[in-house]
Amino acid sequence: MNLTHILSYSIWTPIFLGGLLLLLSGKVNDTQAKWLSLISSVISFLITIPLYTAFDFSFGQFQFQEFFHWIPAFHINYHLGVDGFAVPLIILTSFTTLIVVIASWRSIEDRVAQYMAAFLIMSGLMIGVFSALDAMLYYIFWEAMLIPMFLVIGIWGGPNRIYATIKFFLYTVLGSLLMLVAFIYLYLHTHSFEIVNFYNTGLDLYPQIFIFLALFMAFAVKIPMWPIHTWLPDAHVEAPTGGSVVLAAVMLKLGAYSFMRFAMPIAPDAAIYLKGFMVTLSLIAILYIALIAIVQKDMKKLIAYSSISHMGFVTLGLFMFNSIGIEGAYVQMISHGFISAAMFLSVGALYDRLHTRQIADYGGVIHAMPTFGAFAVFFAMANCGLPGTSGFVGEFMVIMGAMQNNFWIALIAASSLIFGAAYSLWMVKRVFYGEARNQKISALKDISWREFFILTVLALLIILIGIYPKIITDMTNATTVQFLENMHLIKPVTSLPLDV
Amino acid sequence: MNSFIQSDLSLILPEIFVLSMAMIVLMTDLFIKPSMRWIIFALSQFALLGGAYLTGQHFNHETEFAFSNMFVRDGLADLLKMMSYLGTSLIFFYSRSYMNDRNLYHGEYFSLVLFALLGMMIMISSHNMLLVYMGLELLSLCLYSLTALDRDNQKATESAIKYFVLGALASGLLLYGMSMIYGATSSLDLNVISIALLNHPTDHAILVLGLVFVVAGLAFKLGAVPFQMWVPDVYEGSPSSIAILISSVPKLAAFAITVRILGDGLQSMMADWKQMILIMAVLSIGIGNVIAIAQTNIKRMYAYSTISHIGFTLFGFMSGTLNGYASSLFYVVSYMFMTLVSFAVLMMMSRKNFECETLEDFKGLNKRNPWYAFLMLITMLSMAGIPPTIGFYAKFMVLQAAFDAGFANFVVYAVMMALVGMFYYMRIVKLMYFDEPKLKNKLDVSIDMQWILSANASALLIIGLMPHSFMDATAQAIALSLH
Repeated sequence: MNLTHILSYSIWTPIFLGGLLLLLSGKVNDTQAKWLSLISSVISFLITIPLYTAFDFSFGQFQFQEFFHWIPAFHINYHLGVDGFAVPLIILTSFTTLIVVIASWRSIEDRVAQYMAAFLIMSGLMIGVFSALDAMLYYIFWEAMLIPMFLVIGIWGGPNRIYATIKFFLYTVLGSLLMLVAFIYLYLHTHSFEIVNFYNTGLDLYPQIFIFLALFMAFAVKIPMWPIHTWLPDAHVEAPTGGSVVLAAVMLKLGAYSFMRFAMPIAPDAAIYLKGFMVTLSLIAILYIALIAIVQKDMKKLIAYSSISHMGFVTLGLFMFNSIGIEGAYVQMISHGFISAAMFLSVGALYDRLHTRQIADYGGVIHAMPTFGAFAVFFAMANCGLPGTSGFVGEFMVIMGAMQNNFWIALIAASSLIFGAAYSLWMVKRVFYGEARNQKISALKDISWREFFILTVLALLIILIGIYPKIITDMTNATTVQFLENMHLIKPVTSLPLDV
Repeated sequence: MNSFIQSDLSLILPEIFVLSMAMIVLMTDLFIKPSMRWIIFALSQFALLGGAYLTGQHFNHETEFAFSNMFVRDGLADLLKMMSYLGTSLIFFYSRSYMNDRNLYHGEYFSLVLFALLGMMIMISSHNMLLVYMGLELLSLCLYSLTALDRDNQKATESAIKYFVLGALASGLLLYGMSMIYGATSSLDLNVISIALLNHPTDHAILVLGLVFVVAGLAFKLGAVPFQMWVPDVYEGSPSSIAILISSVPKLAAFAITVRILGDGLQSMMADWKQMILIMAVLSIGIGNVIAIAQTNIKRMYAYSTISHIGFTLFGFMSGTLNGYASSLFYVVSYMFMTLVSFAVLMMMSRKNFECETLEDFKGLNKRNPWYAFLMLITMLSMAGIPPTIGFYAKFMVLQAAFDAGFANFVVYAVMMALVGMFYYMRIVKLMYFDEPKLKNKLDVSIDMQWILSANASALLIIGLMPHSFMDATAQAIALSLH
């Protein structure tokens, strides 16, 4: 099998199929649209699989590269390539899209074809972000990705959707415009938009700090880091279930990924200089946002805050500047992708039945829905980092990485495991246990085979990563070494045995 | 001597052709029945086609001068003229049914637009201040009368008077400034002026004073802050089919004379005009974007949006480098195509006895017609500067050029203002996609309009995906014309 253009296929297949669906939207009925989008998303998912199977794990550089001159006047190239940091996220993206298509089977009734097409197009664009090796190409994918999400929240969202979607849009764009300024600066400095050329600019500390902060604005909004996180709870609450899943599982990861791809290697000295700042923000996110999550009344809002708190672990791990912290952060990203998707799908399943997300409206759901209750308890456990689930691995590795740096950072980070347990389990207790609150709850039907299938797949993946994280760390080992070299933290070595 | 005149005439063939066609249109209209008006339409389109053919014959040739260096035909002129033909042709298509519904579909409209085009062509090709002024006046007089074309409409008449009074004032300023520059350098020829300024540093004070007046006059024609007062009123008052003209093609001509006068003739006074342009650019971007938020009338919103776009154009221009001029040229041309779609959609949604002019009218367009909502979405994204549309590259090039010229702080400022701008462009997207339709009637759009509008809007996206040939064309046009 010829894999030269595998990345282009991964990007453009879903976009093309989504566009086709959009054109057909007037001509097909809803059921046909659903089947077409299911087929499209399966195809798009299968196309990304060879990225994993054919990937050379021992090689930290970019693979599957594609290159041609796109806009010669500004040295902008269509340059794609992936390393160990990108591949798992690409597969996560196409997988999440597939999940979203299946999960939206019953919950979306209005303009189905447009809805599904938006997710397919978004999936292609996000894969583009993960595989672009040219800063301008990356920027174009990054910005274009906003449009489908803006429309998804705005059209299919809840009552306050317009406020939420405009806030989401403006926050994100604010950051990315500053990123554009940073790219222009780097372009004028290096006469190239190649990311690899950005890595060795030899800039002084002060320009580096400006670049870092400009990029920080773009990525920190996306992650989101405290105190620019406020768009996320709004967006999550108003977004349809599919939108929340993609937002939590993939879009937040774009920010963290971009820190690894851009901010840190481009401005390594600034990153080290601003370590205290970044660590402080991460710890605030971990601890303070976890406390906020406890008092939430809306289930989706609670999970949204929990996401911010978990993403705090990712940034914390990254800025520990040691391989275990970085790999821990990475495992945490993937793991959170599955867990948050599962949590949002669970809330979505409840919402589809009773059309409320208020915790107070529920109680004793487990009597009516035992199978679903089991899943929900499992995902809540995974969310608070139960050993054996993927949530534990990432957080544990990050805490270990922190411990190598500073005992107190590790202590604060670890304490959040308690708060995580508090908000997750308390929510499960209030929603699932106790007496059935009212007639409607006792009359609930347990999950359908379709929901059962999705949740089982996610649960299996969470357990798989939990007991065998090597499938991810194998990919990232060599890339982490490369990353630390780019950061000038370790001297280039041809091959370094690295055991995690 | 004979051959000399012949070569002069051959250079202005496109102008001669457009002029004759304008006359023919004017005359033909007297002798045909209203039902045969398509002949006028066809003749006008033929005028544009012929002009494009004649201009295209020498495309990207060497720079040539005619009539003792008064008239120039170079890369910049060719490119801008081609774009002007294209823009005018699109305007004819877009306004046809709108004008018909309002009983404005007369021969005068076509001949006035063609005369305006002639004025623009002269401006684009002028290499002498006097010719600049002639072209400008020809254009302006046509625009004044076009604004008042709907004679019984009070608003239109009022805005025509406003436009005329302020426009005459601006022309006066420009003329006064020119006379001072003439006094200092004893020439109106841009070449001679630039050489005179280099060789004999004359009285600086009088030159700077002249420059101030010239810049003020140009700024008025471009509609840059603080000379923007006429823009919203004229847009609002004039029929949409005229506003589309005022807002689009003449900006190309105004850009051309700005480049020729400031970038070429007064190039050695760059240090002086740079500051003025900087202030105007900064104010235009800020005021245009911020005030646009408060507008409920869509035409007024477009007007402030135009002001901000002009600000961005000047932003590239003020860097004073070839790269900067090229970015600015790219910006103004892409702006023209964006603004054409935005007004065309407005006209398409209007019908007899109904003007689409408030933001409310866009509500639920996606439900009424998803395709036009999508076209408008592309246009709004392009205006907001979101990739992968052409508007993004326009902003990118301008910012890049300004950054390169050392205006890093202002780049950050411009970017923040672009963010403000995104708010009101996205508000239209919000109205179209998220709200329920207020008007339920079906949009009936003629087939040619459907195709042309779709092509125009898709071009914003398609050129956005492959912008390099367009970028090269602008860079080359500037490189060929200025050195």
